[in-house]
Amino acid sequence: MFDMPLLTIVTFLPLVGALLILFVTMGDEDGEFELAKRNVRNVALFTTVITFLISLLIWIEFDNSVAGFQMEENVEWIGPFMSYHLGVDGISMLFVILTTFLMPFAILASWQSITKNVKQYMIAFLILETFMIGVFVALDIMVFYVFFEAGLIPMFIIIGVWGGKHRVYASFKFFLYTLLGSVLMLLAIMAMYWNAGTTDISVLLTHAFPPEMQKWLWLAFFASLAVKMPMWPVHTWLPDAHVEAPTAGSVILAGVLLKMGGYGFLRFSIPMFPLATADFTWLIFALSVIAIIYTSLVALMQEDMKKLIAYSSVAHMGFVTMGMFALNNFGIQGAIFQMLSHGLVSGALFLSVGVIYDRMHTREIAAYGGIVNRMPHYAVVFMVFTLANVGLPVTSGFVGEFLILLGTFQTNSLVAFLATSGVVLSAAYALWLYRRVIFGTLDKESLKSLLDLNSREKLILYPLVVAVIFFGVYPTPIFDVTQASVDALLTNYQAAISQAGN
Amino acid sequence: MVKLMTAIPDLNLVLPELILAVGAMALLMIGVYSGRSASGLVSGLAMALLVVAGFMLFSSNETGLAFHGAFVLDDFAKLMKLLVLAGSVLAIIMSVNFMKREQIDKFEFPVLVVLATLGMMLMVSANGLITLYLGLELQSLSLYVLAAINRDSVRSTEAGLKYFVLGALSSGMLLYGASLIYGFTGHTDFAGIAEAISGAGRSLGIIFGLVFLMAGLAFKISVVPFHMWTPDVYEGSPTPVTAFFSAAPKVAAMAMLVRVVIDAFEPATSDWQQILAFMAIASMVLGAFAAIGQTNIKRLMAYSSIGHMGFALVGLASGTQAGVNGVILYMLIYMVMTLGTFVCILSMRRKDGMVEEIKDLAGLAKSNPVMGLFLTILMFSLAGIPPLAGFFAKYFVFLAAIEAELYMLAVIGVLASVVGAFYYIRIIKIMWFDEGEDSFLPMSGELRMILGASGIFVAVFYLLAGPVFEITSGAAGSLF
Repeated sequence: MFDMPLLTIVTFLPLVGALLILFVTMGDEDGEFELAKRNVRNVALFTTVITFLISLLIWIEFDNSVAGFQMEENVEWIGPFMSYHLGVDGISMLFVILTTFLMPFAILASWQSITKNVKQYMIAFLILETFMIGVFVALDIMVFYVFFEAGLIPMFIIIGVWGGKHRVYASFKFFLYTLLGSVLMLLAIMAMYWNAGTTDISVLLTHAFPPEMQKWLWLAFFASLAVKMPMWPVHTWLPDAHVEAPTAGSVILAGVLLKMGGYGFLRFSIPMFPLATADFTWLIFALSVIAIIYTSLVALMQEDMKKLIAYSSVAHMGFVTMGMFALNNFGIQGAIFQMLSHGLVSGALFLSVGVIYDRMHTREIAAYGGIVNRMPHYAVVFMVFTLANVGLPVTSGFVGEFLILLGTFQTNSLVAFLATSGVVLSAAYALWLYRRVIFGTLDKESLKSLLDLNSREKLILYPLVVAVIFFGVYPTPIFDVTQASVDALLTNYQAAISQAGN
Repeated sequence: MVKLMTAIPDLNLVLPELILAVGAMALLMIGVYSGRSASGLVSGLAMALLVVAGFMLFSSNETGLAFHGAFVLDDFAKLMKLLVLAGSVLAIIMSVNFMKREQIDKFEFPVLVVLATLGMMLMVSANGLITLYLGLELQSLSLYVLAAINRDSVRSTEAGLKYFVLGALSSGMLLYGASLIYGFTGHTDFAGIAEAISGAGRSLGIIFGLVFLMAGLAFKISVVPFHMWTPDVYEGSPTPVTAFFSAAPKVAAMAMLVRVVIDAFEPATSDWQQILAFMAIASMVLGAFAAIGQTNIKRLMAYSSIGHMGFALVGLASGTQAGVNGVILYMLIYMVMTLGTFVCILSMRRKDGMVEEIKDLAGLAKSNPVMGLFLTILMFSLAGIPPLAGFFAKYFVFLAAIEAELYMLAVIGVLASVVGAFYYIRIIKIMWFDEGEDSFLPMSGELRMILGASGIFVAVFYLLAGPVFEITSGAAGSLF
């Protein structure tokens, strides 16, 4: 039954949905128009749900005991320069699931808030989904790059057309920042091609690059991945992009696009340039600690809810990079788990902000207060996500953060000590945000007519609550998947280091 | 006739050129004797001529030298000539309605395009300095007149005059360089020059000659520092003429430059590599920065073409077969993108006439979604964003530069492409994010066809990349 090219199907199914939507005629501004809009939304939702269900087959088919790549597909493409090679391993597989899982929520979140150019909006999202899945399943470095970069196009349009007041500035900044980092990575990819004679990731992983060259390649990849991650000090595009993007755009941006940076470190920088990785660990640690402490402090002082969550994302990504470059089992497992968990939690937080934004059309923290009186269900849901963001035990946020700190402590206790202070700060900004928005007296006239979650919003938020708590209590399914691949990654890394030492 | 052909075997190789030459004379006669009304007929016949010439080129599998080595037909020449012919045919198709509407539908226009094409084909096949100059001048003189074809317009005549004066200067430099090279090597044919240089070494005179020759050629592909004519000529010429300028002549001049440096100056690679690397960097940077401030879309396309020629030169500067392959691919993809873009510019027409300002595109994605979508694809492709064709074009030239270890050139190049991306996405921003006034008049059928073909080619290039790559690498291989 599973002889079919599962990864290709999952990757390109959203594109089929986009094509279907392309042929829906919109008609004029009347009843027919509303009907067409509803059709478009339904097709988009249906496509993403089906994609998610099929992508679950990948998980079912996945063999946890295999460290290498599985479900590979390999077709000749452009001579030696590029081959259509797909496959997943323990590191990449769950990101595919994360992407397909978040997409239906993103579509649902746009159900009512997007009213103009619905057709183009849904097409952009579905194309974006294809590109995002492609990044995680690509086993040819050029295919990876093509998907990695191509995602800029739909995201640029999404922020620019359906964004807030300063959308033009934010979309340009997002586009040019990311492009600038990526082109340097492209040059590194070319240099790797001439050195190794192939663009196939599975071959490149076994190729030993000359030590001097590794440094340059590592730095070039770092330029791109650090921007995507984003790491301090190249994180400044993220708050702008988040604030201006529509809710669903923020969800995908925080939930999936940021993970591409971390995935890139695990897929390329660490296994392909182990010597350079060992040399530059201090740099990553320094930037991560700065990110954790500095952006947490910045988050404390934000007056815009989305901006606050955006800065907290930067801090959390600081944990992720720190855990990865601790280069032990705890650190890397924790980093992968933290990325997946952050994908759920930050996505959920942006969705929660979207809920009240749709009602009040403002993201100013000062405009809210005391809405627990009007929206008790919402208050509970938002509480769960806030605590998960802080990293409270029993939520998924705790597992990743704890493992990362445990791993980092083994490598560098000072860094772990400083980062732990970031946990305290994250509790401060997150709980303070919660207090200012949810608690207090309900004295603002505009808030007195607020309605609690409607059924569509419940449909969006409740599954995320369940997921966040489930993986906080029972994270084993995740670790089962990642274990073998992470072990192999570390074994190869240690082997390369000790070989260079001799 | 058949007897004659076998008696003079050289004629077989130049058959397409012969058809164009004789055909152009005949068209001139038809035009003269049937007066003004003939422009439609002459245009049709001109296109037929070009198509026939292309078909003959495509179907013959003869290659070799002709006229004592002055003329060469190899796979490289064939491919480039086919590109040139395609560019010319498309330019005529794009011009017909426009010229009629603007009442400049003179029958000389298609005839001049055919003559220019003939010149370009000679340039591509030139295997010696004399053929090179002949082809170049035939092409240039036709282009000067084309730029000024709207003779009642001050801007058009100014463009023609400016082009002529600067072009004459560059021809002079080229001739001076050619005479120095002949003086110091004793040869005008490329093979002889290469032999002389590798035998006797590179004397100062040869280097001087090379520099002047390159200056003349650089003018024709409009790279910095010989680019000054481009924005004015692009803006002043009637739009279909600009479209023609931006495609076929660039391909031909680039092909000629490739042949000169690879065939004639191969032993002096390190010398011209420096010149090309400088011109490439200067063009990429100037093209990227100068385009930012433009408000007129034709001027913007002029700077964009300067930048793109810089990117193509990156491939040539590496001096390898991979590099030449990159240049060929680049020119092919560039031609498709630029013609598609000019179709959009030709369609920027409201009830009260043509508009050329970038801000006139505001709201296009809403008022004309199809054209908006295609122009968006083209702009992203020009900016070099994957998975569109423009990305692959840039990829292969930079790949060659990295192979040749020209790291500085590659780094500056990709950074310039990021700066360049800014002005392309600014156009996209205007189309998508801004609110527009009234929509444009609907596009005519033939423009739709060209835009559709070019947009789809750009969008699905990754599917065609394998076979296209095979063809271009075969062509590049024939030079080495």
